[in-house]
Amino acid sequence: MIGEIPMLVFRSAAGAVLIGLLAGLISVFIIRIKLSSMGFCMSHAAFAGAALGVGLSVNPFTMALAFSLATASFIGPVSDKAKIHPDLITSIAFPLNMALAFIFLTLTPGVVRFTSEVTSILWGSVLSVGFQDIVYLAILLAVSAVMMFLFWKELFAIMFSRRMAEADGINTKPFIYAILFAIGIIVTFSLKLVGGLLVFALLFNPAATALQFSYDIKKIALVSPLIGVASCLSGLSLSFALNWPAGACIVLASTLGFALSVAVSPKRRIRK
Amino acid sequence: MSVILLKNISTTYQGEKKPAIHDINLMVERGEFLCVVGPNGAGKTTLLETIVGCLKPVRGEVKVLGFNMASDGVKVRRKIGYTPQDFMAEPDEPYKALDVVLMGRFGKIGLLRGISREDVEKALKVMEMLDIHGLADKPIGKLSGGQQQKVMIARALAKEPEILLLDEPLSNLDYDSRMKISELLGEISRRQCITTLVVAHNPEHLLQFCQRVIVVSEGKIISDISSGELEREEAVRALAPSLKVELR
Repeated sequence: MIGEIPMLVFRSAAGAVLIGLLAGLISVFIIRIKLSSMGFCMSHAAFAGAALGVGLSVNPFTMALAFSLATASFIGPVSDKAKIHPDLITSIAFPLNMALAFIFLTLTPGVVRFTSEVTSILWGSVLSVGFQDIVYLAILLAVSAVMMFLFWKELFAIMFSRRMAEADGINTKPFIYAILFAIGIIVTFSLKLVGGLLVFALLFNPAATALQFSYDIKKIALVSPLIGVASCLSGLSLSFALNWPAGACIVLASTLGFALSVAVSPKRRIRK
Repeated sequence: MSVILLKNISTTYQGEKKPAIHDINLMVERGEFLCVVGPNGAGKTTLLETIVGCLKPVRGEVKVLGFNMASDGVKVRRKIGYTPQDFMAEPDEPYKALDVVLMGRFGKIGLLRGISREDVEKALKVMEMLDIHGLADKPIGKLSGGQQQKVMIARALAKEPEILLLDEPLSNLDYDSRMKISELLGEISRRQCITTLVVAHNPEHLLQFCQRVIVVSEGKIISDISSGELEREEAVRALAPSLKVELR
């Protein structure tokens, strides 16, 4: 029979690998379609939802998912109707979500406010990743991989220029909305391990790091998830070793990875 | 049947009171090569973007290949080769020139169908026609403005379109390239019966190849010249000072 500690390590590591792959994959779209503030907005929407869940004694992750998906279904159509870039709308919605999260936490009874549930939503926790989460993450990864395989051609064109893709006869709306929903779902499932305050770093750093080494989007889309996994696993190891919050350690590892990539990037080298 | 039909078209940009183009009526027949000229801000780009469906008119009807662009735009755009004005890739853009040319075919290939060897060969053939096949593996952002412009023209041609809509396709090119591409466009339009609309602030190189010159000023078509080459050139020369166009 496997002991409790090895099981915990296995669950956390499996969660870290899956979250790293998913976040690394979606970060390519976030960077190329310039949805950077979408990351902030979704993570804080999920955080606000989770905070409300804690306050109402409802499953915080169900509420986090509901808030993320509601934000995704709001931003896409509003941006299209008002002809405003989604990045601008998310920049407005981001502090709103943050404000809601703090109001919900303030309204939460004092005893509950400082429970491990709330702090794990804020900072992430290696303890909170369950077997069920791993199954959901694996399903999400499989669905994302299949969708990317089936629609890579269209996604490839949209990441180059949405306007040009439309002019070429690609209906870009369903793809953009699907990406927004995927961001919301990935953010929610990353919440347990990485935490609501830091998860957005994982949504940019892997692709930003991969971009330092290649001019080929196909290679970037393949390497970015691997960078996500490396960031999550090294951050998790640091968290176990030093007993620091998992989310903070993962962000430290991924930021260090990005800084190193900039330092050694062949794109920035000047040949004499 | 007209390939392009514009009926009383007015297009207004969001937040603007005055339409950028107004009361435009235009009929273009299959295989015609049109040059759209006019001063800066006349509405040439707005006219092209309204035809391709990037801009929705506030009034009137746009029909392309017999379809209403308001309802069937996505389908029709698969048959239109379009290059926007002043496209410039970021230096870090992670796409190669061949990727960008090949992308022109994606709408035509359709959903759930992969890129075939034939698609790649067609893209490379168009690049060869434009003397840019040697740049196929170069990152798009590392190319000069003129080279990028040729890549965008190649992208539009790689689609094997029924209609070509090109917005200032020659603006960043040197004299020889302008001449060569104007000739190429004229030849393609004639041989393959592709309806071609080229927006050009300075139409000098295109005049001998196009069959019609549309002059746009202050959002309206003020002149539609379709007689012989000399007459078109004379008419454009006469209009040149008012259009703020320099002709040699």
